[in-house]
Amino acid sequence: MTMLTDRQQLSYIAAQAADARVNLELETEGMTLNIGPQHPATHGTLRIIARLDGEQVVWAEPSCGYMHRGYEKLTEVRTFPQVTALINRIDWLGSFANEVPFILAAEKLMGIEAPARAQHIRTILFELSRIANVSLFLGDLGVQLGAITPVFMAFRDREYVLNLIEGATGGRFHPNFDRIGGLKDDLPAGWIDETRSVMKKLRNFCDEIENLLFGNEIFQSRTRGIGVIPRDVAMQYGLSGANLRASGVDWDLRRDQSLPMAWNKVDWKVWTHNDGDSFARCWVRLQEVRESTKIVDQLIETIPAGPVMTKVPRIIKVPEGEAWVATENPLGEMGYYVVSKGDLGPFRVKIRSASFNNMSITPWLLKGVYVPDIITILASLYFILGDIDR
Amino acid sequence: MARAPNGEVFPLSATDTETPVAVDETRNAIVARFSAALGDAVVDSLVKPGDDVWIRVRTDAWRAVGDVARELGFVYFDFLSAIDWMPSPYGRGEDDPTEPAPERDMTVRQGYAGGETRMQVLARVVDPTTTIGVNLKADVADDSPVIDSWVTVFAGANWHEREAWEMFGIRFAGHPDLRNMYLPTDFEGHPLRKDFPLLARIVKPWPGIVDVEPLPGGGSDDEAGE
Repeated sequence: MTMLTDRQQLSYIAAQAADARVNLELETEGMTLNIGPQHPATHGTLRIIARLDGEQVVWAEPSCGYMHRGYEKLTEVRTFPQVTALINRIDWLGSFANEVPFILAAEKLMGIEAPARAQHIRTILFELSRIANVSLFLGDLGVQLGAITPVFMAFRDREYVLNLIEGATGGRFHPNFDRIGGLKDDLPAGWIDETRSVMKKLRNFCDEIENLLFGNEIFQSRTRGIGVIPRDVAMQYGLSGANLRASGVDWDLRRDQSLPMAWNKVDWKVWTHNDGDSFARCWVRLQEVRESTKIVDQLIETIPAGPVMTKVPRIIKVPEGEAWVATENPLGEMGYYVVSKGDLGPFRVKIRSASFNNMSITPWLLKGVYVPDIITILASLYFILGDIDR
Repeated sequence: MARAPNGEVFPLSATDTETPVAVDETRNAIVARFSAALGDAVVDSLVKPGDDVWIRVRTDAWRAVGDVARELGFVYFDFLSAIDWMPSPYGRGEDDPTEPAPERDMTVRQGYAGGETRMQVLARVVDPTTTIGVNLKADVADDSPVIDSWVTVFAGANWHEREAWEMFGIRFAGHPDLRNMYLPTDFEGHPLRKDFPLLARIVKPWPGIVDVEPLPGGGSDDEAGE
């Protein structure tokens, strides 16, 4: 083998580096790494294209659209009650929470409000979807960082919550239970006692995860200081939910808005973290599950009596107008901008989903990180593909 | 108020009987602050007391509006999108293809804070200290919809503008990378425009045409059920 001179060697490497910046001093070759669309770390079909310089990312961009189902267009040919069946499937791990802001927007345009009992049960189911959603995140987090045990615990305990949701609504994943003016049905007998015991199990699950994962040295060294999002950058990109609160912004739409829901009737706390790194985001989510169990515990003791459905016309026509309603969903702020022309169906629905904004920060955030940290950062940002692509 | 079949009148809910908040000082002040900072660039505005604010601005002032919003404390970028105000020529995609096409009222009626063009850009920014948001609207010309990009104002506008470009065909001047977000690069048309048909309802007629059941309750739509 003929030996190249240093000079020849450098020019050879430079010629090879057609599409990536190459560090000539270290003589590493640039390469383009494709992650996905089918990849265990992506909660669906997301493709990330990363250009690497050695182990470091110089440029990364998620390529969305593998799950685009065109819900905004489809809502325009549906009636208002039919839309909930579609929007159930946006964030499929917390389906009931997707229905609530849309129903609230329609109710706002109609000038009606659900009865107090329906508001209470809505809030309980909303928080149960949060627990079902975020507990899976806590388990999945371990898998993505190489710890296999937490995901089994998460699936074990999430099952209890799904059983509760199924017991109340009839659907494990897609309840389609919320109606304009109230709820489809009342709670079944014995449901409240069952909920009480499940909430205890979920609090145990949180403690287990905290001991097993959050106290783990490997976990800490892989998440602390990784993917730091400063406060003002988080605001510019419209991050929401735990991602925003982990950057030190004390903002929770459940507390800061006066919606016809029952959150302000109970005592709970909004957790924030000042670090803004991956650990902070995971930690805030863990605390959120605990707070959710507390909210549910308090709410099931104080459900007011009365009907679960107010009087609405059989054929629902929503008066002309525009309404914006956003709620604090498991993934962050989920809002619907509903335009009605006084027809049976909406004229235009803009779905503002949390994951779309949360993911839009990744080209900025992934710049300069090491390859294994891509997975950590994506896991801690926590997105669901149906929620990005809609 | 609604009327039951037996003629009995009842309020639709408790909110019907309450007196609405007449004046919303906070939200009126927001409009005043925007007007003071932007002058005649604010074309129209609407405040729904206790609910929300809509401000329509001149198209050429769009980037300045973003800067002013940031200065006024609306530093949280919520979303950016667009609305096509033209009624769909396909209705709800439930026409019988064997029948002649029904006559439709195609007059363009804009929503809150008015408008002069078929398409409008809509953005929402929020003040994180008060959590009060503002809906900002701007007209875009029908023939060549162009508006300034907000990427230099809010970095997060990048993806939202790419989405608005592919779905509505609105160009954002100054956007560094206006590619399609979801659709293939060679996709033709802009799906969320109202004149873009929903193909699923074109290739296969709506099955509801053949077996039309009478709607429950018979006559009028306002009739209240249980």
